[in-house]
Amino acid sequence: MIREEVSDGSVRRTLTGTARMLMALKLDGPLLVGLGLIAAYGLVVLYSASGQSLEMVLRQVGHLAMGTAFMLLLAQVSPNFLKRLSPWLFVLGTLMLLVVAAMGHIGKGAQRWLDLGPLRFQPSEIMKLAVPMMCAWYLQERPLPPSIAQLLLLGVMIMVPAGLTVIEPDLGTGALIAIGGILVVVMAGLQTGIMAALALLGGVAGWVGWHFMHDYQRERIYTFINPENDPQGAGYHIIQSQIAIGSGGIFGKGWMNGSQAQLDYLPEHSTDFIFAVIGEEFGLIGLLLLLLLYAFVVGRAIYLSTQTQDTYARLLAGSLALTFFVYVFINAGMVSGLLPVVGVPLPLISYGGTSMVTLLAGFGILMSLYSHRKLVGS
Amino acid sequence: MRGVRIKDHWKEQRLFDLRATIAGIVGAVLLLVLAGRLVVLQVVRYQYYAQQSEYNRVRIEPIPASRGLILDRNGAVLAAGQPGYQLELVREEVPDLDATLKGLVGIGLLTPEEIPDVRRAIFSRRSFDSVPIRMRMTDADVARFEVRRFDFPGVDIKSREMRWYPNGSLAVHALGYVSSLSEADMKKVDPQQYAGTSVIGKLGVEASYEKELHGTNGFREILVNAQGRSVEKIGKTDPSLRVQPPIAGETLVLGIDTRVQKAAESGLGTHRGAVVALDPATGDVIALASMPGFDPTLFARGIRRNEYAALVNDPDKPLLNRALRGTYPSGSTIKQAIALVALTDKSITADRKVLCLGTFSLPGSAHIWRADKGEPKGELDLNEAIARSSDVYFYRLAWEMGIEKLDVGLAPFGYGRRTGIDIAGELPGLLPSPAWKRTAFKRPADQVWFPGETVNLGIGQGYLLVTPLQLAHIAGEIAMRGRNFQPRLVMGTRDPDGHFKTFPPVEDKPVTGISDEDWTTVINAMAAVTKCERYCGTGSAAFKGTPYTSGGKTGTAQVYSVAQGAKYNAKTVAANLRDHAWFIAFAPVDHPRIAVAVLAENAGFGAGTAAPIARQVIDAYLLDENGKLKPQFAPKPADQPAVAASADQPAATSSAPGPVATAAAAPTVPTAPKTAAAGATL
Repeated sequence: MIREEVSDGSVRRTLTGTARMLMALKLDGPLLVGLGLIAAYGLVVLYSASGQSLEMVLRQVGHLAMGTAFMLLLAQVSPNFLKRLSPWLFVLGTLMLLVVAAMGHIGKGAQRWLDLGPLRFQPSEIMKLAVPMMCAWYLQERPLPPSIAQLLLLGVMIMVPAGLTVIEPDLGTGALIAIGGILVVVMAGLQTGIMAALALLGGVAGWVGWHFMHDYQRERIYTFINPENDPQGAGYHIIQSQIAIGSGGIFGKGWMNGSQAQLDYLPEHSTDFIFAVIGEEFGLIGLLLLLLLYAFVVGRAIYLSTQTQDTYARLLAGSLALTFFVYVFINAGMVSGLLPVVGVPLPLISYGGTSMVTLLAGFGILMSLYSHRKLVGS
Repeated sequence: MRGVRIKDHWKEQRLFDLRATIAGIVGAVLLLVLAGRLVVLQVVRYQYYAQQSEYNRVRIEPIPASRGLILDRNGAVLAAGQPGYQLELVREEVPDLDATLKGLVGIGLLTPEEIPDVRRAIFSRRSFDSVPIRMRMTDADVARFEVRRFDFPGVDIKSREMRWYPNGSLAVHALGYVSSLSEADMKKVDPQQYAGTSVIGKLGVEASYEKELHGTNGFREILVNAQGRSVEKIGKTDPSLRVQPPIAGETLVLGIDTRVQKAAESGLGTHRGAVVALDPATGDVIALASMPGFDPTLFARGIRRNEYAALVNDPDKPLLNRALRGTYPSGSTIKQAIALVALTDKSITADRKVLCLGTFSLPGSAHIWRADKGEPKGELDLNEAIARSSDVYFYRLAWEMGIEKLDVGLAPFGYGRRTGIDIAGELPGLLPSPAWKRTAFKRPADQVWFPGETVNLGIGQGYLLVTPLQLAHIAGEIAMRGRNFQPRLVMGTRDPDGHFKTFPPVEDKPVTGISDEDWTTVINAMAAVTKCERYCGTGSAAFKGTPYTSGGKTGTAQVYSVAQGAKYNAKTVAANLRDHAWFIAFAPVDHPRIAVAVLAENAGFGAGTAAPIARQVIDAYLLDENGKLKPQFAPKPADQPAVAASADQPAATSSAPGPVATAAAAPTVPTAPKTAAAGATL
């Protein structure tokens, strides 16, 4: 958009070619630029982290392309359609989670995937979008902030799919699903008193949940508290990722020079722990630059959510924007030793197709919610 | 009040905007926390993590220093390194240690009995150290392993330097041996210094000069990935890695002369016993033999349990170093020392004659001391009493002098005291005294010193115990008129360019207070032992026709007390209770270059067995292959200044022979040593 002086002296807004095209595609320019920069940064890092595997980089480009396709597609869909789709998507996703849970029970092992012939996907990924959509759909016609009874119902809506995901078992995704839903409720004006009470309840639930956790999940919490306890075993990930980040210093060891990553000391260095590779090779500067890019994207997304016009759009957009932030914070926090190790990838950078598609799809929805707003006459 | 709540879109918009703002602020705060964490990791604790990362990627691979050579005095190799193959294991690279060891047993490279020792050795080293588990592999062993190599990750064949003793068991008790570093050894050494080292010296020079022989291990930094494999590059970058070459151990030059050592060992032959030959003017050990010996290569290649058991259980005790640790009564080899003590305190004069009739008894005692069948009879002066080894003369002399005088006089010669040789394990022997007896026995009745025990000491019997090394040293001391050089096996080093460096001899407290005249009297009497002039000395048969002058003394040490009135008959006494044969000697008399002590266990009379061995040893040192006196030992005319013996030798810069040159230049004129002269006024 540029400002153009018109003969009568008033300022008239007019659009450049690019802006016009973005508008036609229902996309948001700044957000797109932010996402593109992060993804490009990610590809550069991935080339090094994967041990100079061009093949992996190209496949990641494929993931990006697919995610972008979803984003473009969803941006075109009108919010009203999404609104109507919400409960159905939620029900379908929950059913699929039940199927997966049943299969896992029969197969006696971890089961996250649903195999539908050529299509193989994780229903829990769908729920990352479906749960906030459902919550926003439920709240849109009701006066806010929600009542206690509504909150209880929302709790069920959130906890059933999250719980099913946790028992898959996938603690990380389960937590993210719950957070996506909870953020909708929080943005809907959940009273601070109730938030405090829930936090207390959460503490109690955590204590109870401890007794139902799998050994490896408990192990993660133990080693989070004291990684040096088991340097060769469970604490290895945290110790090595901290060594990688710390040894990068301010300026880093240089691209493809990170010995922790290149010599395999850092586990999962192309996926969940890629944040540490950036820290090792590009140093504090590289990490702060990345965090700034993320902050810009999140900030822009929050701004967009405030510009939407109905409750459904606002709540869903706000939740998507904040969930994205939560992803970043959980991953960066876990890799740098602030949070326990949960399997959460670094958004748009970690190698992998599933989360890439989900995230970009989420941004597609966000752009749709923003760009389909009716411009009220000037 | 319960009313229907109506949606207020503007209010909701404001509520959402507020929440969004708060969320943005909370997010910004969380990002700042995260950035703070990164600053802690990457700025505050940078040094720590940089070092951790370095520890991770760089492994230090030790480069063992090659162990120093051991040469004899002429530069002949006594111990050296030889390339060989050994099987090594890196614990942290082995997925299942027990299965791996079992597998090695399966292909015959280990025996099941060795497993516990091998395991201990492995666990005494750091997990990434390469630990030798089988040394000295034959080509067949190597081939057998190569075929199955892929079944044994973490196990590899390494070409390593092995200790090699070209002369087998020759001088093993002087050299000692090396064996693989055990868990117990690792506790004694600095693991940092011994990383990469596979053997350590045990006994002898190998042990006492471990520090010099070991050298300084070097290291090479290698880049390793998380699996422990060595890799070339970090990504695409060449790492900068340090290499420090090892510094080889020092080459030690021993005083041992291989030819003399061989003469000593072949002289003893099948006898159990020991021969020690010293250069009395420097203390250098020319030969140190203890028989039977054993092959040190057994240990260097990794001794097997049954082989070790055979050595330990052998009744002839091949592992016992008789030269340093064998203690025996001295027998008559003490007589010349008693004579010196007696002359000095005027108990006798050289020409006093004593009537000896073959037996001696104390006044008022029924106990009769008999003499051996070769005992001279008649009126004996000191010269004859020593030359023909009269027991009765010395029974009486000892009795007249009393134990206190004897103890005070004998102690300075070194009886009952270690000589201080430069290898470990030497025993001090025992010079008995009333004071010693009071502390050595529990029962008060046993603590009394009996006059008869003084009489026994007169001929070196009773409680007196000496080692062959001690007697060789005492023989040298007497030859040198009291000068006392500490015995040493290592006389110098050879640097990598082939230059010999001889250490200055270590002179110890001399025997003082004996007049030059008395020294001459006793040295002449010892010379008479190996001559037939007025009468034939007890060693004269063995030393007949030597082209050099010599002095000596025979000895026969009783192992077994013959009952009063009974006769000792070698044929009826069990072999292991027969007398030990002693002979001590030095040559030439005027400027002694070699002092020898020979002990042959259960071999009977000293003159019969021990003296010929001493002759053989002295011949091997002083004479060349043609039986001619070597030029450097030729007597020098007294009126001419001593010709530097080094002129006879090739220059020391030539790499092979040489140290003799420096040894020959050592003080050789014993006639009036300053130290002895100082005390001669007594």
